[in-house]
Amino acid sequence: MSQSVMTPDENLSKNMGRSPAEGHEPKGEGLRGFMSSSRSDYLLLAIFALAILTMPIWLAPIGAGYPDILQKFAIFGIFALGFNILFGFSGYLSFGHAAFLGTGSYAAVWMFKLLSMNAVIALVFAIVVAGVFALLIGYVSLRRSGIYFSILTLAFAQMSYNLAYSVLTPITNGETGLQVSGSDPRILDHMFGSPSGRGVPDFFGIELQGWPGFYFCAILLILAFFVTMRIRNSTFGLMLFAIKSNQNRMNYTGFATRPYLLAAFVISGMYAGLAGGLLAVTDPLAGADRMQWTASGEVVLMTILGGVGTLLGPVIGAAVMKYLEQIFSSFNEGVLHRTFDFLPHGLQEFMVTITSPFVGEGWQLTLGLLFMIVVIFLPGGIMEGVRRISHRFRRGRGETNAAPAHDGH
Amino acid sequence: MTSEILSIKGVSKRFGGLRALDDVNLGVRQGSVHAIIGPNGAGKSTLLNCLVGRITPDEGSVTFDGGSLLGHKPHQINQAGIARVFQTPEIFGELSVMENVMIPAFARKDGAFRINAWGRARERGEVRDEAEHILDDLNLWSQRDQIVNSMSRGDKRRLELAMCLVQHPKLLLLDEPTAGMSRADTNNTVDLLKKIAERGVTKVIIEHDMHVVFSLADKVSVMAQGTVIAEGTPEEIKASPKVQEAYLGGAHL
Ligand SMILES: Nc1ncnc2c1ncn2[C@@H]1O[C@H](COP(=O)(O)OP(=O)(O)OP(=O)(O)O)[C@@H](O)[C@H]1O
Ligand SMILES: [Mg+2]
Repeated sequence: MSQSVMTPDENLSKNMGRSPAEGHEPKGEGLRGFMSSSRSDYLLLAIFALAILTMPIWLAPIGAGYPDILQKFAIFGIFALGFNILFGFSGYLSFGHAAFLGTGSYAAVWMFKLLSMNAVIALVFAIVVAGVFALLIGYVSLRRSGIYFSILTLAFAQMSYNLAYSVLTPITNGETGLQVSGSDPRILDHMFGSPSGRGVPDFFGIELQGWPGFYFCAILLILAFFVTMRIRNSTFGLMLFAIKSNQNRMNYTGFATRPYLLAAFVISGMYAGLAGGLLAVTDPLAGADRMQWTASGEVVLMTILGGVGTLLGPVIGAAVMKYLEQIFSSFNEGVLHRTFDFLPHGLQEFMVTITSPFVGEGWQLTLGLLFMIVVIFLPGGIMEGVRRISHRFRRGRGETNAAPAHDGH
Repeated sequence: MTSEILSIKGVSKRFGGLRALDDVNLGVRQGSVHAIIGPNGAGKSTLLNCLVGRITPDEGSVTFDGGSLLGHKPHQINQAGIARVFQTPEIFGELSVMENVMIPAFARKDGAFRINAWGRARERGEVRDEAEHILDDLNLWSQRDQIVNSMSRGDKRRLELAMCLVQHPKLLLLDEPTAGMSRADTNNTVDLLKKIAERGVTKVIIEHDMHVVFSLADKVSVMAQGTVIAEGTPEEIKASPKVQEAYLGGAHL
């Protein structure tokens, strides 16, 4: 302590000199930008919405300006946003979130078959079913923490995957996958005399294919982003970050931490359900491969790649991964030969030989390398890179004390 | 003694072959400051662990404010009104000072579990006011936005104290609150604890610094090898030859 304890009078005079609502920027590296003002939040949301909706324009030059891939960016962005609520905010690493993605897809396709091709009904059902499923798995898995929690979630997801191929084939249609067909009952559609004969999911008459499909996903991504932002700044969000920081202290501070974690688990499961439902909306087919552990691993990678615990990171990570997947998996020997055309023949052959394992089927090798580089040199992911660059940039302009290193976005 | 807020009766705890606690009896009067002293490994921290639900004693009973504490979870015990400062600070290292103090204030206001996933945490006026008040009291106001990992050890201890005080506990457990502090910091902490004592918070304080013990405590229990070997006012303890022999050995006085 630098000074003696103040007398009550001193406190009083000091208190009068400030207003409680004063905004302060945090100093040093924290877990989150808790002190960010609501104005800067809404600015971020506006910029985010604008960037997402104009993706077709500014992503066209790198060959990603078409709806199929942009849809994937949005859908997996939602998946990663939700995953980050659990992993990024509370520190609990689930290796089984693909189970909820797959559940969402199956649930949505079932709604298409039974009730209506309306995407809203399908998505609501997908979210609810994934949420209930997450409640069950989360309740059991959260009996443990750390690595044991991760293993439990992985085990549950693999069990779901196997069940989808065996016992549950009446629901999942096994290896063929669940599809819509002309003979489906689609009760609501028939009742209101709007049988969508083509079997294309719609939003009150707008068929969700091509660009309408993308914009539908994009708007849901923006909504999901907004909700995540609210959660992050909320009391609930603060509790999750506190659990991540010191769960013991939380217990001795009077909090029942498990229900908080279960709530985070269920919320992130519902995001995954929404993403899975959207996969079915954009392509009304559900297969168990969506539940496989590789899909669970993918969302972990996306989140780490973008920046664990940040708001934007998971969305960026998801887009980067889906983009690389698209680019590198479409490369083949022919493309490589053309790429290295400018080299002398021998060297060209050599380059093609050493690069070919990294493209096509082997694109995951590239992904692995990229992931290693990020984790070793930028443990905070792409967002940390952005932060470092903007920090250096500001310093370069002589604003050394202008802004904190951490702004939490 | 009718107004005992905490009474520990016949508590024992074994770790393998080690009798960490051996039939401990201790009563803490409402509103008093009760010091526990004793050599390293005497079982002082273990006794506090039994109180906050970190460990369950093998035998004995612990009653607080009319009800048993045994079998309750740490968060239930805290909600019942017991807050603890640990021997090594247990704080939220990656969060700001303000957040560290707001979190326990939320526990007080909202209970063990309540989801508010929409309203901004920092805009909960009552909680903020409480937190700001305590930060002022403990001279941490100027550091309110600092991330606590970057604070000095003494400041961390003071912060942990603030986190406990913001909850207005009925019973405050302090495990060596001045360990590792400079003489000046220690004196300040003693002043601070005296000030809190005036508000009538009951305290159990484990302390090696005899100056601190004798200037704060109403009553002192001496522990050695898992049992209470002497109990009395600070004057009685100072004068007791048994204590001199078992623990003080003259070196500390
Ligand atoms: N969880 C545990 N498992 C095994 N042994 C333990 C455990 N906790 C404490 N002990 C042992 O019990 C004995 C008492 O420890 P305790 O921490 O209560 O001592 P203390 O009086 O607080 O000492 P100090 O002054 O060093 O803090 C020690 O020998 C310690 O090693
Ligand atoms: Mg101890």
